[in-house]
Amino acid sequence: MNCREFVDFILAYSEDELDPKLRAAFERHVGACPPCMCYLDGYKKVGRAARAACAAKADEGPVSDKVPEGLVKAILAARAEVDDSPA
Amino acid sequence: MLEALRRNDPATTEAWVRAQIPRARAVALRLLRNEAEADDAVQEAFMQAFRRLSDFRGDAKLETWLHRIVVNAALGRLRRRSRKPEVELDLAGPEFSADGHLTAREGARWGQVERLFESEETRALMRRMIDQLPETARTVLILRDIEELSTAEAAEALGVSPGTVKTRLHRARVALKKRVEQALDVQAEDGGDA
Repeated sequence: MNCREFVDFILAYSEDELDPKLRAAFERHVGACPPCMCYLDGYKKVGRAARAACAAKADEGPVSDKVPEGLVKAILAARAEVDDSPA
Repeated sequence: MLEALRRNDPATTEAWVRAQIPRARAVALRLLRNEAEADDAVQEAFMQAFRRLSDFRGDAKLETWLHRIVVNAALGRLRRRSRKPEVELDLAGPEFSADGHLTAREGARWGQVERLFESEETRALMRRMIDQLPETARTVLILRDIEELSTAEAAEALGVSPGTVKTRLHRARVALKKRVEQALDVQAEDGGDA
């Protein structure tokens, strides 16, 4: 396996979708190619980093930004309409 | 609580709505990037949830169930937006040397990056970079890596094939990784270019 093939197969590898033979070839290449080893590490971490960055955002900011009163009122008012609608 | 929500107990309903709104707004805003549209999607999602409460069987957490409804409501709005076909500019892939090897510069050490993500400044930078991705790439990254939908779930939500989801996710991760490394000036392994 060469580096271009490594990049082509990296998603399938990270999702455990390679057959054993291809997986072995992939791992042999990674073991012998330092840039690819680092690339794989970063590729696996970028998604986790994105999730952590966005999870942190949901907890930040003033309460009024997180829970706009207008939105709460609109939802509760519409909830009453759901109740009043014919079944 | 479920029974109280089903019979629209005022205190329970309001408390539940208030508790769920922050996360619901966060995901709608990530997908739609417009606060007014995001709030509309959230309201629409709550209404769908209230209508379907009688069908909720408890095979998932109520919050997870609501969250999926929010994601689908936001995606529905995204699909209904009239927009020009997206030109996917600047989704740069990794660099290869003339002999086909990944260049050493592509071997950025993410151990350094992880330390940087302990700061809010870096996390905010990451969020901006996600926002700057082309819509198709950003949407799949949000669904798969941030909202943790499976490939099949994301494909169903987007109305595309699983193969398309995988291709878009791969391109999104490659592009985001590269942009983060450039922005943070993350160093590669010692030894220079191949």
